[in-house]
Amino acid sequence: MKSETNASVIGNRKNKAVVETVAQIIFTICALFAILAVISITLYMIASGTPAIFQVGPKEILFGTVWAPTAAEPRFGILYVILTSVIGTFMAILLGVPVGILTAVFLAEVAPKKLAMAVKPAVELLAGIPSVVYGLLGIYLLGPAMYKLEKLVFAGSKTHQYTGGANLLSAVIVLAVMILPTVINISETSIRAVQPGIKAASLALGASHIQTIFRSILPAAKSGIMTAVVLGVGRAIGEAMAITLVSGSSVNPPLPFHSVRFLTTAIVSEMGYAAVGSTHRNMLFTIGLVLFAFIMLINVVLSRILKKGGAKR
Amino acid sequence: MRKDSITVKRRRPMDTFLVAAIYISASLSVLLLLGIIGYVFIKGIRTVSLSFLTTVTSALNQTVGILGNIVNTLYIIVITLLIATPLGVGAAIYLNEYAKPGKLVGMIEFTTETLSGIPSIIFGLFGMVFFGETLGLGYSILTGALTLTLMVLPLITRNTQEALRTVPDSYRSGALGMGAAKWYMIRTILLPSSLSGIVTGVILAIGRIVGESAALLFTAGSAYRLPKFTESAAGNIGKMFRKIMDPGGTLTIELYLRMQKGEYDVAFGVGCVLIVIVLGINLLTKAAANKLRPVK
Repeated sequence: MKSETNASVIGNRKNKAVVETVAQIIFTICALFAILAVISITLYMIASGTPAIFQVGPKEILFGTVWAPTAAEPRFGILYVILTSVIGTFMAILLGVPVGILTAVFLAEVAPKKLAMAVKPAVELLAGIPSVVYGLLGIYLLGPAMYKLEKLVFAGSKTHQYTGGANLLSAVIVLAVMILPTVINISETSIRAVQPGIKAASLALGASHIQTIFRSILPAAKSGIMTAVVLGVGRAIGEAMAITLVSGSSVNPPLPFHSVRFLTTAIVSEMGYAAVGSTHRNMLFTIGLVLFAFIMLINVVLSRILKKGGAKR
Repeated sequence: MRKDSITVKRRRPMDTFLVAAIYISASLSVLLLLGIIGYVFIKGIRTVSLSFLTTVTSALNQTVGILGNIVNTLYIIVITLLIATPLGVGAAIYLNEYAKPGKLVGMIEFTTETLSGIPSIIFGLFGMVFFGETLGLGYSILTGALTLTLMVLPLITRNTQEALRTVPDSYRSGALGMGAAKWYMIRTILLPSSLSGIVTGVILAIGRIVGESAALLFTAGSAYRLPKFTESAAGNIGKMFRKIMDPGGTLTIELYLRMQKGEYDVAFGVGCVLIVIVLGINLLTKAAANKLRPVK
């Protein structure tokens, strides 16, 4: 390599300067790539998401409750789809976050060191399992169990439409399990990062270990735990493949035993057959745009929390 | 002993309740975890055989196999990393060694964060429209790999950055003080010392690629066949390169399609293979982080 000799300590000065400048320019371009990517993703999402808004009308889209894209008189209301994503995510957080935080407390404060050392890698492993595997277990194990429960709950009902176990509740359970590793890992790290003085002071004042954990340590680790929750929300609202089959296949109001469509599952299950250039396909991009808006909102919230946590230190 | 003596521990019902909650949650998490891994492994291992791993599903030969998907996965891993590793490492070098703190760095770091938070289905939509339609690459392995490049870029950038930060400043001043130019210093001092971080980032990226499905469904497609090899070596190499422009489904896509069709045995077989790969990647990351520590 010629440039190598030029860049050496006793190399030619002129060439050296050229190599240096070129290197700096190349690295700068590499770094700008992230900005370029985010800008082009944003522009493309907006560009492909807006045609349908003009074709159908924002009011019909956001407040319409009928989703019949392939009917003779197609309807494109996604209110229920949006609500499903919001409520489904909320329920998953409600289920997953307490379990996750308590597990993190267990690992960081309660468990003997050896046990914690054994459990931690396993939790990390869980984070790496492909989402389709969760979906597979959901449809294979959870589905039938949920169907039994459904038959039990609606034993006397004549109006209930049976979902065969593919309903909002199943999807929520799958999502709750999926966010566990994220919540556990980040909460545990932030609990461990709490200054030992805080714990010592609380114990010295006569508080029990449990009081110390819940009154002193957890509040001190608040920003880290908030980050964990927000990341969990992001993961749950953006998850597609794991819940496509377990959430059912029709658009309904988000009630536990209804077959529902999330923002993500609507895209996955209909993109395959929506004709190119049709309003139906454009609408799927609009759904993508709505999801993108949610994610951007979450990102902004996240960076606020991180900034606040950083400022405190 | 009197009841209100300071040597008597007062029982707090709330404490007992919370301790119980902690233990229940922890055992639930651990059981779920072991249950998931164990169940998929045990259920899937029955399907996994030599012919499952080394043949392509074909009605003619009466074989059910995932070799085509394994090859597709490897193609996508290699192409994605070939593009993403230099980009990510370069970005990290710029952020750590060249840039001065300011608006631009803030922007780059914010967008990197944003990229890692965007769900894969959005990447899938973007990849389908931009690489597939605007650039005309269609449903192909290349489209999938380019889409995934955007996805794994933050992982590599962040891990490299972290590794660069651990290199002591004295290394830099030492090299520069001896008259080395900046790029020479980066190439001979910084990159070798931060190799472990780069390798960790790459391994994590492989894990992400292997597990990805939503971003690939509409970009790389779902084909599972292999190119038919002929006698001539040149023709075969050409075919191997042309495969980049063909659609190809990875292991996760195959799993999804099988489970959609209700073929759970094959689906669990693929799931078992995936879990073994994920386990391997996990161990590799640990090994990389331990073994390749920067020289002291």
